[in-house]
Amino acid sequence: MVIKANPITKSNQLFQKLLNHAARYILMILMVLLLFGIILLISGKDPIQSFKDIFISTLGSRYGFSEVIVAMTPILITALAVALPSRIGLINVGGEGQLYMGACLATWGALTFNTWPSWALIPLMILLGMIGGGLWAFIPGYLKSLGLANETITTLLLNSVAPKIVAFFVFGFWHSPMDTNKTPNFVPAARLPNFFNSRIDLSFFIAVVLLAIFWFVMRYTRWGLEMRAIGGNPHAAKRNGLPLNKYWITVMCLGGALAGLAGMAQVSGYYGVLLVNFSRGLGYMGFLISWLSFGDPIGILVTSFVVSIIVSGGNLLQLTRGIPFAVVNILLAFTLFVVLARPIIFAGKKK
Amino acid sequence: MNLLSVLGVLSSAIFSGTSLLYVTLGETIHQRSGIVNLGLEGIMLVSAATGFAVTCISRNPYLGIFTAMITGGLMNMILGFLIITRRANQLASGLALMFFGFGLSALIGKPYVGTRINALPRISIPGLSNLPLLYTSLFKFDILIILVIPIAFLIWWLLFRTRWGLGLRAVGENATTAFASGRNPFVIRYQALFLGGMLAGLGAAHLSIAYTMNWTEYMTAGKGFIAVALVIFSKWHPLRAIIGALLFSGAVAFQLLLQSSGVQISPFLLDTIPYILTLLVLIAWGGTRKQTAPAGLGRIYQSVE
Repeated sequence: MVIKANPITKSNQLFQKLLNHAARYILMILMVLLLFGIILLISGKDPIQSFKDIFISTLGSRYGFSEVIVAMTPILITALAVALPSRIGLINVGGEGQLYMGACLATWGALTFNTWPSWALIPLMILLGMIGGGLWAFIPGYLKSLGLANETITTLLLNSVAPKIVAFFVFGFWHSPMDTNKTPNFVPAARLPNFFNSRIDLSFFIAVVLLAIFWFVMRYTRWGLEMRAIGGNPHAAKRNGLPLNKYWITVMCLGGALAGLAGMAQVSGYYGVLLVNFSRGLGYMGFLISWLSFGDPIGILVTSFVVSIIVSGGNLLQLTRGIPFAVVNILLAFTLFVVLARPIIFAGKKK
Repeated sequence: MNLLSVLGVLSSAIFSGTSLLYVTLGETIHQRSGIVNLGLEGIMLVSAATGFAVTCISRNPYLGIFTAMITGGLMNMILGFLIITRRANQLASGLALMFFGFGLSALIGKPYVGTRINALPRISIPGLSNLPLLYTSLFKFDILIILVIPIAFLIWWLLFRTRWGLGLRAVGENATTAFASGRNPFVIRYQALFLGGMLAGLGAAHLSIAYTMNWTEYMTAGKGFIAVALVIFSKWHPLRAIIGALLFSGAVAFQLLLQSSGVQISPFLLDTIPYILTLLVLIAWGGTRKQTAPAGLGRIYQSVE
């Protein structure tokens, strides 16, 4: 009889848990809408109409949806660049710098080998982008393995250096005759191919494949197990004979290579030129997304999708309704605040 | 290159170094209490914008500075709620605060772009009043510049010579032990955040009200992150932060000097020198006993109950 009673209570518990989750997410959404509505009211806009506009302009049309995907691609990859090192306990705040270095090296490839055909040039640029980001991440990884400096601090410092190196090359050598702050437009062979008559380019599919590989490796391979072991308890992992230093350096470089790939995708796919200061926080956004989703692949996908709706919806609103883009940053920040604060006021009474 | 241009460069170094030093002092307090605040950039922007707006409306720069200070402190209370009360990740919360600052400051400052204000009056130094006008005008400093070194000493005294400072550093080293010895890590960290936020607000106020005398979006240009680097460079010590800030703004000044004397070096590469220097200092001190980072830096204090 006890055995019979068990499944019922279990399903009840599950139902209760689901209800709690739903209540929590609804509460979170309501809080974001309320906070943002106040800001909109203060700045003299109709909140309800604005919310409607954001959703209709992004999810309501084919074009809007494709723009969401376009905005999602780079932050999806930079989030992976943070999530991978975080599995072995490395905190990679340096996505921003690695992205710049990847873009820098990829641009060098695009400008130097501009006579190559597309099928050779694109893979070369991808490779160069990954090398650029990987080498930039090698510095913190190596210093960490020597026990000299904490990777959080070093990646943060290198973030400030990388954009200046890009500026040095662009202003000094690569700038186009017309503008000093950007390179000439890339040749068509150096551009990532677009799909579906939209600005969605190859990098989106690369990002999804990488996400799947990340999930598979972490779950089903020896490396994934070992990395989780190191992340869980480095000392125990070392006692069990895992080569900590090798893992630290390799995984850090791989993370950097991913961020570099995102940089390459930005210059080759999205812009088609290398602009000075082209990324305003893509790397940092990746860090936030990876942390908010606890490095979980599905979580990364969902979170970056939501963030992209806000960003690209705001972009479109800015054009059509004259709402300043700044307001979009506020909406984004409110969303992040509410998720970070994990409101448990009504849902669940644990703790 | 004559004496005047050298002095001019020196003067601009002092002006740009001042706001940096205030922010660095603020971050030193944060980190001594165990909090890494990556939101400084956002806090500075909002403080600079509100300070500028209030100065515009009230035509009183002192009121503007006061508002900027309070704004800085209040902005940090958001961070405090997230990372102290709700125990969220410090780095992620700081970055979220940065994005918030980008948005809010642009919204507040938008009506005031291009407005002229009553800037903070500049006081000439008594002994130098006999020099030609060109020279004295370079060395007329406002009250915030004059106060910055005394404030650095005050912070040093607060951190290392008072019971409150001892408690704060204890929380930064090990919050649980500090709690066991009768101090409340929650309250102390909130206090540290508020004080540090006020200092960051002062730095931002100097930037917008006294130095550039206008408001533009993203006007802090990475000063918040430079401050984090300078805290590490100065080994979490307020007095060494003076040297750090001077060195950094000196490097910028040096670069201007080189340009004016016609030496061809890319300003962008010179800009990277302070960061690389900080990195080298980190490596030089790394792994030795001299590593003085607060042991509890970045740790979340779990429970009191």
